[in-house]
Amino acid sequence: MDAFWIILAGLLVAIPCGLLGCYLILRNMAMVGDAISHAVLPGIVIAFFVSGSREPVSMLLGAGILGIITTFIIEFFHAKARLQTDAAIGVTFTWLFALGVILISVFAGKVDLDQDCVLYGEIAYVPIDLWITSSGKIMGPRVIYIMGVVFLVVLSFILVGYKELFLTTFDPAFAAASGIYISVWHYLLMGAVSFTTVGAFESVGAILVVAFLIVPPATAYLLTDNFKKMMIITAILGFMVSFGGYYLAVWLDGSIAGAMTVVAGLLFGIVFVRQLAGRRMSYGL
Amino acid sequence: MNIVDFISLSDPNVRFVVIGSMLLAASSAIVGCFTLLKKKALVGDAVAHSVLPGVCLAFLLSGVKNPVFLIIGAFITGWLSLVLIDFITARSKIKEDTAIGLILSVFFGIGILMLTVIQKSGNAAQSGLDHFLFGQAASLVGMDLIVFSAISLILIIAVVICYKELAIIAFDEGFAQSIGFPVRALELLLTTLTVLAVVTGIQAIGVVLMAAMLITPAAAARFWTSNLKVMILLAAALGALSGLIGAYISYLAPAMPTGPWIVMVISLIAILSFFLAPQKGILVRWFKQKNFQTQMLEENILKLFYQLGEINGNFYTPRTVEQIMERRPFQDFRLRKGLIKLKRQGYLESTSQGWAYTQAGKTKGQRITKLHRLWELYLTEYLRIAPDHVHEDAETIEHIITPELEKRLEEKLEYPRLDPHQSEIPYHK
Repeated sequence: MDAFWIILAGLLVAIPCGLLGCYLILRNMAMVGDAISHAVLPGIVIAFFVSGSREPVSMLLGAGILGIITTFIIEFFHAKARLQTDAAIGVTFTWLFALGVILISVFAGKVDLDQDCVLYGEIAYVPIDLWITSSGKIMGPRVIYIMGVVFLVVLSFILVGYKELFLTTFDPAFAAASGIYISVWHYLLMGAVSFTTVGAFESVGAILVVAFLIVPPATAYLLTDNFKKMMIITAILGFMVSFGGYYLAVWLDGSIAGAMTVVAGLLFGIVFVRQLAGRRMSYGL
Repeated sequence: MNIVDFISLSDPNVRFVVIGSMLLAASSAIVGCFTLLKKKALVGDAVAHSVLPGVCLAFLLSGVKNPVFLIIGAFITGWLSLVLIDFITARSKIKEDTAIGLILSVFFGIGILMLTVIQKSGNAAQSGLDHFLFGQAASLVGMDLIVFSAISLILIIAVVICYKELAIIAFDEGFAQSIGFPVRALELLLTTLTVLAVVTGIQAIGVVLMAAMLITPAAAARFWTSNLKVMILLAAALGALSGLIGAYISYLAPAMPTGPWIVMVISLIAILSFFLAPQKGILVRWFKQKNFQTQMLEENILKLFYQLGEINGNFYTPRTVEQIMERRPFQDFRLRKGLIKLKRQGYLESTSQGWAYTQAGKTKGQRITKLHRLWELYLTEYLRIAPDHVHEDAETIEHIITPELEKRLEEKLEYPRLDPHQSEIPYHK
């Protein structure tokens, strides 16, 4: 049963991350996703301190706001200070992460939170961390509920905004001409990324979020030129990663999040090498 | 008392932490200048994450926590990650930033997996390996410091020796290649230097924040100067300063982590630089923009008085605000502010019937009108642009043309009498 809950939790992180990641890598914003997943730390700490517990609603809110602020600061440095984009990303997320770590030290003792769990989480605790209602009824693993909600929100966001997201990604000029507010959709997408990051941070940690945001979509991107197919392949890869990662971790007795990342990397490696070989053959070498 | 203790470095532990922090901050800042200028700032982040599996592997193979072995392991995987990023970018349609994110997360995942396996293996020597994750400047001991100082020195010497070559590939790789520089070898050198800088800093700063030590001082220094040598020295100085302050804060408040404070200090310095730097800063740029807008507004008002004067043949007739607005809709309050300012400068005077030119005002208004019409004529004559398309362009350029350019235009067009719309071009007699 534990295996089921852990793989399900992995899947519930993998699919929303992967779907959002498809947009990120096509918008050349992969590293913005990475930056957001680190920069939400101060938001989490503040929300944690204000609410006094790991109560998910305020955490999602705090981190969601920080995620949007991060995007805004990056844009600001880039547009107003004319700082090159990569430097703007680098300066912003390290600054906010440092702030988060400092806040953890300031609130040390008052906050049961450490940077380890933010970075690589502990998905192994998913089955133990149960949601028990006030009447004492056991509802099942808490993370499954949180990620279930995140999953549904992200899925409906993509379904409802499919056309707008698609157009602003592939043809921003046309999108603007047809009356779509590009920047609104940009910030909505960033908001969705931060929301997902936070939902997932407790269970799998920032690093697995980044891996799920970037690696399966990049693998799918190599396999197809069709955007819908790319999203479907990403979802299938997400399943393979959570499944394979869990059993690799059990076999090695190591971090489950780390193992899932390794499997994602292996899948990418296989596809990449196959593509290299295929290319060589098509050149007749 | 505290400060004296701190500055005199009498306590060896303080000495290690302070010197170590300053050295690593300065040396990574120097290398960071080159990666920043090559627009590869984020590769530092990738290297920082990618050294973890190397550290773990070195530990697994050697079984001891010897800084030399760990650094060699870190160096190998850090270097491998950069090579792989380049390879993936070159051989597939995947873009560089995606490749960076991909490699850093996968390598870090491998590292975490190995680290957890090591931690569960029950080897007592492993404690402290996780300092590589989050950094622990306070754990710097004599041996580490000697290794770090040696690496920092190597870094600085390499940059000094290869300064010219590194500068050229940072700014113009194509040019470097065309004049026969060994670009591939130099790229490898820069990659190696980046990895060395990261490896040195990571134990004190940690995986996530290491990127800041490369990027942030360089980004801050870039705002104060356009001279590469000055930029490098400034970045190193700012880096060392933040290392010092960070170490001092964690000395005063031992619960405070050194690495994050170093990053916090250097980030604040950088953000202040973004706002306050002369020439490139946000504030200066904002003021310049405001000033130019005011100048444009004033010149447009003076030009308008001239056009109104042309209509009734008398340039010195007073005009009311309503008459001006009828001819050209300005924002009301901006127009009034502009009129008052022009009066103060002596270009206009206010009479009971409204605002009127002074002699100086007419001369200036006439010049702007002339520049506008000369430019329209130039565009139609030389660039063959239709007369009904030239007005907008002339509206902008009339505020920028210098007296020298004005003279060239007059000579080139041979002092024309009429513009493309058959309005007279007024010359100053």
